[in-house]
Parts: sequence; structure tokens; C-alpha cells
Amino acid sequence: MNQKPSLGKRLLAAPHLVWSALFIIAPLIMVVYYAFTDGNGSFTLSNITAIPDYADTFVLSIWLGLLATVISLIIAYPLAYFISQSKLPVQQTMIMLVMLPMWMNFLLRTYSWMTILEDNGIINTILTSVGLSSLRLINTRGAVVLGMVYDFLPYMILPIYSVMVKLDHSLIEACQDLGGNKWDVFSKVILPNSISGIVSGITMVFVPSVSTFYISQKLGGTSTQLIGDVIERQFMTANNYHLGAALSLVLMVLILVCMAIMNHFSDGEIETGRISA
Amino acid sequence: MKKFFSLITAIVLAFGALGTTVFATGTTEALDPESLRGTTLYVYNWGEYISDGSEGSLDVNKEFEDRYGIHVEYTNFTSNEDMYAKLISGGANYDVIIPSDYMIERLIKEGLLAKLNFDNIPNYRYIPEEYRDLYFDPNNEYSVPYTFGMVGLIYNTKMVSEAPDSWNAMWDEQYSGEILNFNNPRDAFGIAQFLLGLDINSENPDDWQAAYEKLSEEKPLVQSYVMDEIYNKMENGEAALAPYYAGDFLMMVDNNPDLAFVYPKEGTNVFVDSMCIPANAQNKEAAELYINFMLETDIATANANYISYGCPHTGVQSNPDYEWVGNEILYPESVDFKTDYFHNLSDETLSLMTSLWDDLMVEGGNNTGVYIALAVIVAAVIIIAVVMAVRKKRRANIDD
Repeated sequence: MNQKPSLGKRLLAAPHLVWSALFIIAPLIMVVYYAFTDGNGSFTLSNITAIPDYADTFVLSIWLGLLATVISLIIAYPLAYFISQSKLPVQQTMIMLVMLPMWMNFLLRTYSWMTILEDNGIINTILTSVGLSSLRLINTRGAVVLGMVYDFLPYMILPIYSVMVKLDHSLIEACQDLGGNKWDVFSKVILPNSISGIVSGITMVFVPSVSTFYISQKLGGTSTQLIGDVIERQFMTANNYHLGAALSLVLMVLILVCMAIMNHFSDGEIETGRISA
Repeated sequence: MKKFFSLITAIVLAFGALGTTVFATGTTEALDPESLRGTTLYVYNWGEYISDGSEGSLDVNKEFEDRYGIHVEYTNFTSNEDMYAKLISGGANYDVIIPSDYMIERLIKEGLLAKLNFDNIPNYRYIPEEYRDLYFDPNNEYSVPYTFGMVGLIYNTKMVSEAPDSWNAMWDEQYSGEILNFNNPRDAFGIAQFLLGLDINSENPDDWQAAYEKLSEEKPLVQSYVMDEIYNKMENGEAALAPYYAGDFLMMVDNNPDLAFVYPKEGTNVFVDSMCIPANAQNKEAAELYINFMLETDIATANANYISYGCPHTGVQSNPDYEWVGNEILYPESVDFKTDYFHNLSDETLSLMTSLWDDLMVEGGNNTGVYIALAVIVAAVIIIAVVMAVRKKRRANIDD
């Protein structure tokens, strides 16, 4: 039976292969092509050498992306644990509530945060009506991070939840039988076993946060220019596809590096986790 | 006798047929709307730039669909540059676009517009003399004027200490954080150029550099660079000052009577937006039918009332239903300040402008804290990595 996959099986995989080639590989090749050519189509490194001008923007994007990811993780982890420990009907309702905002368009959700955070927006109207002074909320970096957390939080909750819900309860009991206290149960059983969920959650929040442009434009005002804004402008206004592609390429490499560092850590965690458990 | 009669009939018929053919080629009554029934027309226009049926206005596109059975696929852009990027990306085909003067000049230069068949647009007769043969289309082959207007300064009377009369108000530190500016380079640079007394169509890099420095000086005071978001922000009192197109002010003041408008004394940009057909349009005849339809007095009046920009249409101006006739903002009696059209810039100047604009957008903001924080994190990551590696090694030694 250990033959090559049958023709039928290979045919089943064909749609995905065609899809990947058309919509993942081909666009990537185009990005690389544009990044290393100029307007006349000849090879140049000038797009890449222009990147250091945007170092500040890259750093700010990564920093805000990190912040949003960490905050999402802090919110999502206990919530996912709580949901996974609830009764089944409660679980289903809670998960639906987590998904509910995703049924609305992402742009609309961000736009409504403008109404909430504005100087004469909902929060400040309430504050001033109870006699407090109004706060500067919109057009700050805090507002941008808030927008990122709000928009991408479900992508952190869902993978962590799906790992936790599959957690074998006998492991927890075994830990308790061996004299482990609550902290031991958490640090030696639950955490190591949910690492894979955390890693995919982090990826799914960090990557869109680093590359977003809409959130920073609507909530950040002039305070926050992210690398996504710069890239968007190259394509939409400046018509400089070459610089835009070079920036995208560098962003992809930076994200890959961040992911590689994180995967390195998570591998280590799992190993130590298993050894100590 | 019978034969002779039939011969005569045949000759008469033949001549008759000949006569009608001659007649048919003589006039160019070519466009038959019926033949276009069931087709789709792609229209690409500015946001809030057509009477769309809201607030009891006429839904112009629906009216066109009902009358001709041509489906209108209507989409919006927020700036000429956006429109241009979409047009040349080749990702979409449009049949009717409504860009501004300098963009039309560029599109014509680059061969991206189709010549109009004015036989299909008889309502062109309503366009007054002064809006024909404009500089961007000197022989009037490519465009039909839709609106005109000027850029001015909108301000909230409750939020300014005195009514501004100069672009300088946008550089006034007392309004820090309450100033908006255009989120498109041409309009934003234009303001700085008028303030500095520079030519808005200058090809001298120093002029652009100077304008850039002026904008850079303003940036710390600017709350946000906006286009269509300006409606919400000005109507809700989120900002005190914003430059924008005069017609849009009339819409905003309807929702917030505290707003006021001024044409700054240093001068301002005047523009004409015209209907054009891209060279790669798939449904050119329907596009011409649409342009002609847009010029019908009733339709043009509905649009002019709704979008409240200046209307270059003699039928509208004499229509008793036209609300804005003689409005002093749209049709000022005397213009005692400099006005200038944007012209298409050379490729070098265009790329200088976009890169200066990019610099302006990216610069500013104090990132020292961010650098320190990131450095701390990187250091922490390295320390943890080292600690973990050491622990692993020790364990491995123990296992051995």
C-alpha cells in the first residue's frame, strides 16, 4: 500500500496547487520583479536602497504590531480558557459572540471607532456630560493599537480556544495526582499544550497589524504613518509600483524573521514543557 | 401596359431606395438607444458627485436605466490620482469618467481618452462659450464640462477666534490639532504655493522644495490629512479649519450652520471637472448616450442642485428649479484674488512632488521611545534565548 499517491488523490490536490500557483506564487514573483526593476523594466537596486529612508516607519509599524499582539494575547488567553471550560451550549454562544463582529465589514468597524473616539464622540460626550474633562483619544497611537486589537482579537481567540478545547483532561488530573498545585497545572500542562494555538494566534494578529493601513489612516491622524500607508500610497497615488513592491518585499522578510524567532522559542517551550511534564 | 407599369414602379422603388440611402448617409442619426438595451455602462466618478435619490432628490442613474434599459455600474474615486492609478492598472474598464482639468490634460497626452462623437451629444449646445475649448482640451474633442469651482477655506465660527482671510490661518499655532489638510499632493501643495506666492504649475524644483518645507512646518499642527472624511469631521466640529472645494462647503453648512467659508486673499485653485470616455471603453455609444443624458436640463438641474458645485449649463442657469442660481460662493460677482488652473506637470516634477509628499507623510512624530522599547525587547529576547540554550545544554548534560 505504500505506493505513490493515486491519480485520484493527486487530482484532489490539483485545485489547491493551481490556486497557489496563480494567486500566491505568481503574485510573489511579480512583487520580486517590480522590486528589482525601474520604470523601464531594467534591473535596479535603487528601490531597495531607498528603503532605509523608511526605517522609522518600519520600526513604528513593528512596535505597534507587537503591542497589539501582546494586548490581544493577554485578553484572548484567559478568555479562550474560560470559554473552553464552559458547558457546550455556553461555549457555542460565546464563540458566536466572538465571531459576531466579523460578520460586519472591517472598514465599517474601524469607521465606527472614529465616531466613538472623536473629540465630540460618544466617549467624550459621556465624560463631559458627567462633568469630567474630555480626553484626547482619536488621532493618537493608542487609538491605532486599540483599532488593531479590536479588529484582530477574534483571530487570537479562535486558535487558542480550538487547542484548549481539545486538551486531554486526564493530563490535568495526572498533574494534580502527582501533587501539582494550580500554578503547576497551568505552567506544566495547559500552557505547553496550548503553545501551538498561541503561535498561530500571534501570527494571525501580528501579520495584519504590521501591514495595516486603513486603521492608522482613520484612527491615527498624522500621529501614525505605518508602512502599510506608505505602500498603499505608492500604488494608489504615487504610481510607483517599484518602490511599493520593494517595501512589501522587505516587510515580508521582516515578518518572516519575526515569525522565525517566535517559532524558535515555541519549539523550545514545547520541548521543555514535555520534559518537565 | 401592365409590364410598363411594373417597370415604372420598379424604377420609382429603386430611386426611392437610393434616395433613402443617400438621406441616411447624409445625416448621422447613427445612435439607436434601443440597440444598447441590456448592455452595461461603467461610470467612475467622484464621491457625492451625482444626484443619487437621497433626501428626495432624483436618482439620476436609475432614471437612465429605466429609460434606456442600460445597466449603470457606478463606482467612486476620492482623488484624480486614485482614478488615474485605477485606470492605468488595467484592472478595470470604465466607459465614463469625470476627472479634473489637469488630469484630463495628462490622460489626453498619454492617449488614454477616446475622442467623443459630438453627433451623439446634441445637448452639448447647453455648454456656454466660456466653458468650451478650455486649455486642457483646446479643440474640445475629449471632454464635456460637468462642474466647476474653486478651493476655499472652511472654518467653524465657534472654534476660531477671528474669521480667517488667508491660508496663513492653517499655520496658526492656536489651532494646533484642529487643522485638516488635503490628502492628495496636488491640492495640498497648491495651498502652500499660493501662500508663498509661487506658481502652482512651476517646473522649478526649488519652488516645490519651498512648498514642501512650508507644509512640513504645518504638519505638527495638522490633525489629519483627509478627503471625503472631511464631511464628518467638519460637520461634527472635530476640526476648526479645512481647505476644500466650495461646493462641498454648501453641503456641510446644511448640517452644521456654524461653518463658514472664505476664498483666501493669496488666491486659489479653480477647476473644471469634465465627463470623458477612456480610450479602452467597451460601451462607447452608451457612454455618449449617458453624457448626453447628463446634459438634459432636468437631469443637469437635479445634479447641480444635489452636488452644489458650479454648473456650466445654460439650461440649468435659466431653470426656475435651480436652487443655487446666483449663489455668491459658487458664482462670486467679483474675484479680487488670483485664480489658477492646475496644469499637467512634467514627469520629473510629478515624481519630485510625489516623493516630497511621501517625505511629508512619513516624517515627524517622536520615535525615540519606540526605538528604546524595541531595543529593550530585542535585548530581552536575546537574553531569554541564551538562558534557554544554556538550560537545554545543562539538561542534555544531565541526561547524558
